[in-house]
Amino acid sequence: MSKSITIDGNTVPFEEGQTIMEAATAAGVYIPHLCHHLEFAPHGSCKLCNVKVNGRVCSACTFPAMEGQEVLNNTQELTDDRQKITQMLFVEGNHFCPSCEKTGNCQLQAVAYHLNMLDDHYPLFFPTRKVDASHAEVMIDHNRCIFCTLCVRASQQKDGKDVFAISGRGLKKHLIVNAQSGLLKDTDIEATDQAAHICPTGAILIKHTAYQVPIGERIYDHKQIDQVSLEKEHDQHGK
Amino acid sequence: MANKIRVATTSLAGCFGCHMSFLDIDERMLQLVEHVEFDRSPITDIEHCTNCDIGLIEGGVCNSENVHVLREFRKNCKILVAVGACAINGGLPAMRNFIPLEECLNEAYLDGIGVENPQIPSDPELPLLLDKVRPIHEVVKIDYFLPGCPPSADVFWKFLTDLIEGREPALPYDLVHYD
Repeated sequence: MSKSITIDGNTVPFEEGQTIMEAATAAGVYIPHLCHHLEFAPHGSCKLCNVKVNGRVCSACTFPAMEGQEVLNNTQELTDDRQKITQMLFVEGNHFCPSCEKTGNCQLQAVAYHLNMLDDHYPLFFPTRKVDASHAEVMIDHNRCIFCTLCVRASQQKDGKDVFAISGRGLKKHLIVNAQSGLLKDTDIEATDQAAHICPTGAILIKHTAYQVPIGERIYDHKQIDQVSLEKEHDQHGK
Repeated sequence: MANKIRVATTSLAGCFGCHMSFLDIDERMLQLVEHVEFDRSPITDIEHCTNCDIGLIEGGVCNSENVHVLREFRKNCKILVAVGACAINGGLPAMRNFIPLEECLNEAYLDGIGVENPQIPSDPELPLLLDKVRPIHEVVKIDYFLPGCPPSADVFWKFLTDLIEGREPALPYDLVHYD
C-alpha cells in the first residue's frame, strides 16, 4: 500500500524520499515558494513554503514527507505569515515594479499578487546597491536580488560552472560573481546558461530582450502563479 | 446633499497620473457624484479639507509641505487611502534616494546641461526637501492601499463603490498590479 500524508485534509500520496513540496506538486497542490526549484537541491531560505506539519511550522521544500503527517497549507494564518515574509523581501531590496523590465513575469511580484499583498507594511530600507552591466549579454541589478541562490545552484549543478555565490551575512549579504574584478564580464557566464535565466525576480536579466512582450500580456498579468507554477513543474516532470 | 460621502484627494510627490486614471472612470463619474461630493481636491480648488469621509493620497512624501498636507488629511479624513505605487513605496521619485540630495540639487540647478543662471533655489517660501522620499505609511496610519502605476479606473471604481455600498473593499486578482 502506498504511503500518504494529508494536506488541508486531502490525502496526498508520496514516495519514500520525497519532500512535502515534491509530494504536493505531484498531486497538483500549490505551496507558495521562491527559492525552491524542482531541478535543484532545496535551499529552504525564502520560507514562503512554510506549512504546519502536525502543528509545527516547517519548510515544505526541505521537510521529508512521512506517513500520516497532517499538513496545513492553505490557511489564513499561513497566508498572513507568507504575506509578511513577502513584504519583508520587498522592503529589504529596491523593488520598483513600474520601472522594472521583469514586471508581469516576476515570481516575487506574482507571489505577492497571489497573496493579495497591497502594501509593504514595513518601513522601506532603500539600500544602496549596484547594477553590473559590464557583460555584453547578461546583467545583474543587485537592487532586486532576494538571495534565493537559484543562480548559484543553476551555475554549479546545471551549467558546470561556478559563476555566482552569496557573500556576507545579515544586512551585508550580497550576490558576488567569480572574477577577480568582481564584474560579470570577467566570468565565463553565457546568455544560454540556465543561471542567466532562472532568477525569480529582475536581478539577472538577458540584455536586449526587455520589452518583446508588452506589459499587460505577460505571464502573471492574467494567470495566477499557482496555476503557472504547477503547469510548469508538471511539464518538467513529464520530460 | 448633506448625506453625501465627502471625498478629498491630493497629489504629493506624484505625477497626477493616479488622478488622471481616476478620471478615466468616465461617465461613471455621473453615478459617483450622486453619492459623493468632493472636498479639497485638484478638481475643486478647495484649499483645506474638513470633516471628510475618504481621503485619497497620490504620491509619497518628498518635502516638508507633503508632510503637512498628509497630516491635514489624516486629521480630517475618516478613511485614508494610499493611491498608487509612489504613495505605497515612494515609487519613481524615491529613485533619488540612492543619490545624496546635494548631488541631485547640483545636477539639476548648477552643473546640469543647459542650466542658465545657476543657483540652488532657496526662497523661504519653498518647502524644504526631505533627505529621502518616503512612502506615506511611514508618516501616518493608512487604512487602505490601491497599488498600480497608476491603479486602473476600475480599481478606483471597485474600491469606491464597495465603500459606498457598505462592503469591505476588496480587489480581485485582475485589479492588483504594481506596474
